Amino acid sequence: MKLRWGLLDAVVVVFALLPVLWIVSLSFKTTATLTDGNLIPREWTLENYRTIFQTDQFVRALVNSIGIALISTTIAVVLGTMAAYAVARLDFPGKGALVGVSLLIAMFPQVSLVSPLFDIERQLGIFDTWLGLILPYITFSLPLAIYTLSAFFKQIPWDLEKAAKMDGATQAQAFRKVIAPLAAPGVFTSAILVFIFCWNDFLFAISLTSTERSRTVPAALSFFTGASQFEDPTGAISAAAVVITIPIILFVLFFQRRIVAGLTSGAVKG
Amino acid sequence: MADIVLDKVSKKYPDGTVAVRDVDLEIADGEFVILVGPSGCGKSTILNMIAGLEDISSGDLRIDGERVNDKAPRDRDIAMVFQSYALYPNMTVRENMAFPLRLAKLDKATIDEKVNDAAKVLELTALLDRKPANLSGGQRQRVAMGRAIVRNPKAFLMDEPLSNLDAKLRVQMRTVVSRLQRRLGTTTVYVTHDQTEAMTLGDRVVIVRAGAIQQVGEPQQLYDHPANLFVAGFIGSPSMNFLHASVADGRLRTALGDLPIGSRVRGLLSDAPENLIIGIRPEHFEDAALVDEAARAKGTEFEAPVELVESMGSDKYVYFTVEGERATSAELEELAADAGASDLPTGGGANLVTRLSAESAVKEGENWRVWVNLEKIHLFDPSNGRNLTLHEGRAAGVTAE
Repeated sequence: MKLRWGLLDAVVVVFALLPVLWIVSLSFKTTATLTDGNLIPREWTLENYRTIFQTDQFVRALVNSIGIALISTTIAVVLGTMAAYAVARLDFPGKGALVGVSLLIAMFPQVSLVSPLFDIERQLGIFDTWLGLILPYITFSLPLAIYTLSAFFKQIPWDLEKAAKMDGATQAQAFRKVIAPLAAPGVFTSAILVFIFCWNDFLFAISLTSTERSRTVPAALSFFTGASQFEDPTGAISAAAVVITIPIILFVLFFQRRIVAGLTSGAVKG
Repeated sequence: MADIVLDKVSKKYPDGTVAVRDVDLEIADGEFVILVGPSGCGKSTILNMIAGLEDISSGDLRIDGERVNDKAPRDRDIAMVFQSYALYPNMTVRENMAFPLRLAKLDKATIDEKVNDAAKVLELTALLDRKPANLSGGQRQRVAMGRAIVRNPKAFLMDEPLSNLDAKLRVQMRTVVSRLQRRLGTTTVYVTHDQTEAMTLGDRVVIVRAGAIQQVGEPQQLYDHPANLFVAGFIGSPSMNFLHASVADGRLRTALGDLPIGSRVRGLLSDAPENLIIGIRPEHFEDAALVDEAARAKGTEFEAPVELVESMGSDKYVYFTVEGERATSAELEELAADAGASDLPTGGGANLVTRLSAESAVKEGENWRVWVNLEKIHLFDPSNGRNLTLHEGRAAGVTAE
């Protein structure tokens, strides 16, 4: 039984990782050997990486990506934490509506909103700006943040908050000194999820930008050209794809240690 | 230290349910008061209202003579121990206990001193640098108590602090709690659903049912002189036997035979309903062969088949089945439901639990003669549960003149 599960796991991992390995391999190949079909390049080169970092296009896009994703993540997580705490702990009028609407937003097909957003942003003058991408990113990642965070807040025993109040804490102190440290794993988890969502987005990035001013990497990739228009940019695109995967991996590795399961164990019996 | 006064305190939720109804209670300075009742009776709500964790819908709450209805919990200067202990898992034992002092902005030296003192009292000194996750249930419980006593509050509130411990540890911790309260002399309100805890711990016990106080008194007084059917059935283990009774020819007709009634009860019965409930505690039965002549006159005898004998060494618990109707009332059904007994098969007739002397030669399966003390029989009105034998707060049995 164990063996069978192990085998299944291996199949899934290979299935998921093979395309990644393939693109890594492509990024190290020379133009001549690109299409030879070998997973391990016969001739190794860093030429592709050199090319992308020499073009202003890619570096600029990388800066845009990092900036936009970080700002969106920060705002979404801060707002999400407060909203999720309210959803998990308080009974306020319109709570059901809030949860319902945020679920609705999360379910709404984004592609159907692209043209209205395009028109709205042009009217408002935020088309092709950072703000023009940050706003929709927050809109679509907030429900995600609220959902994951409120699940975390619900796990934290309410008695802890009552105990803090009895011990002389104000509502704010109880949140800051007792609840927030316990919710940290949840905050990091949703930060990762929101960051990945913003970082990987292609739809809004391609539709709501028109110049290098605010184009993020996924969108910029599609504008790559070879040295001449007859040259295939596959190598450069692969190299760029590898490069933009790195921040995600770093981000997850960095926060992974914070996501310690069972941080609340010992608070209450059971 | 302070007294706590509840003056017509009620709790009504927005959906209209009334959790607590007009509770009047005066808790003296330094007193140890137990709130006890079945789950959902509102005892925890009363405690939370004293703590300030729930709003009071109407009535006044005064601590140390001052009305505190609108004060936040942190301004009431009372400490609370939770059933779940509610220790802060990200802090060590020392930090947990220091938390209220740090919030009170005491200087570091004072905090250390107070924490060390409290740790010594509760034998936690060796555990001060551990996290709650690495403590046993009993240790966690002691840390929770430590966090409460460390800042000398006006009062302690305890919400079923022992119910998460296993049975043996619970008995040990009971004496710890009791000794600690005596030593500190701090006003304490303690909530439990366990009548044994209530009887053994408190100076006074408050019995709560459906959001209303049923009776307040010292444990022995509640046991001997219950004001109503609910109190009678709730206090005592094994609990009081209840049998159906009716009045006929100036006597009480019961499954134990016709019982004589004294003039006082007869006077009361003129306007009482025909159907009544009698209540007899297990220890008020005795093997008829072991009752001396003088005592025999105070009671009556009956014969019934012995169903089961449990020998405890010091006594024998003997179970009888007697013919006749079983007693029914809303209170009894509630008690049975709370004890989980409503699911048990009962068979025909009424069951009787008796506590006889260890010398009794009673045998299972035989008919046995049993004596019952008439002076200790309670008589209840099933419609409102009132104890009819109670006179000026004292129960005197059905034969009192």
